[in-house]
Amino acid sequence: MQTLTQRLANPTRFMAFSRAILPWLAAASVLLIAYAMYLVFFVAPPDYQQGETVKIMYIHVPSAWLALGGYAIIAMSSFGLLVFRHPLADVSAKAAAPIGAAFTLAALITGSLWGKPMWGTYWVWDARLTSVLMLFFLYLGLIALRSSLEDEALASKLTAVLALVGVSVLPIIKFSVDWWNTLHQPSTGFTSTVDASMRTPLLISAAGFLLLFIALHLKAMQNEIMRRRVKAMRVAEVERGDRLMSAGAE
Amino acid sequence: MDLGPHAAFIWASYGAFVLILMLLICWIWIDGRRQARALADADRRGGRRRSGGGAQEGTR
Repeated sequence: MQTLTQRLANPTRFMAFSRAILPWLAAASVLLIAYAMYLVFFVAPPDYQQGETVKIMYIHVPSAWLALGGYAIIAMSSFGLLVFRHPLADVSAKAAAPIGAAFTLAALITGSLWGKPMWGTYWVWDARLTSVLMLFFLYLGLIALRSSLEDEALASKLTAVLALVGVSVLPIIKFSVDWWNTLHQPSTGFTSTVDASMRTPLLISAAGFLLLFIALHLKAMQNEIMRRRVKAMRVAEVERGDRLMSAGAE
Repeated sequence: MDLGPHAAFIWASYGAFVLILMLLICWIWIDGRRQARALADADRRGGRRRSGGGAQEGTR
């Protein structure tokens, strides 16, 4: 029996599948995010130490999770490209990079704006903050490397190798708050130590942004598949023109 | 809604977050429209890929 990834290895089948589920994903994400924002601004209490600034947590934490999740998708897709030569692996890796970079930037900015009133500074070069900044640069590096090479097959392979080398930054980010003494707070054990009155809106917000991430990723993959189809058709058109010209010359 | 003495930081966070997401969504949406148009143009010109398939088939 075929797995879902095997069934969707055919780009045409993937396009049909993604077109069918995309509106539902988008609608579900909008509803969840809207409900989460209602809870955040009208129901969730202020924190006993941080006051209302805890509201930044509801966008900062999902952004940080999706920054890591986006890179994990790139790493898995890169593995799929190099080992299994899955036809959509490179499309997935390429599509996920700008989305992951955007969520990483969002995590850095919201974290910085949360840090100023709580820590008294926008930025410190501690392990958690610096490793997330490295992740952002890694995303930019992947995007820059791919766009700097004209040979698409070579660009795919080199980007995949860089992505797999860079995956070592994920455990560093995750465990940095345990390994080093940082200004950033320690892990909440996937929110298990957060009070239920704040955990529920946080998890709903995270679910909404996760669905948004998936919807954007699917849409960006569709765009990339269309771009490759257009490119293939243009190449074929040029080759046909060349053949006609050489046939006419004979 | 009273967000206390640090309201400016809260609003700035949400503003920056919404701006980043809106730019990302618009960019992906506009790119999608551009690619769909380019594909339709190529299809109208009777484009065929080297494999012999038309625009409605897979990339490989």
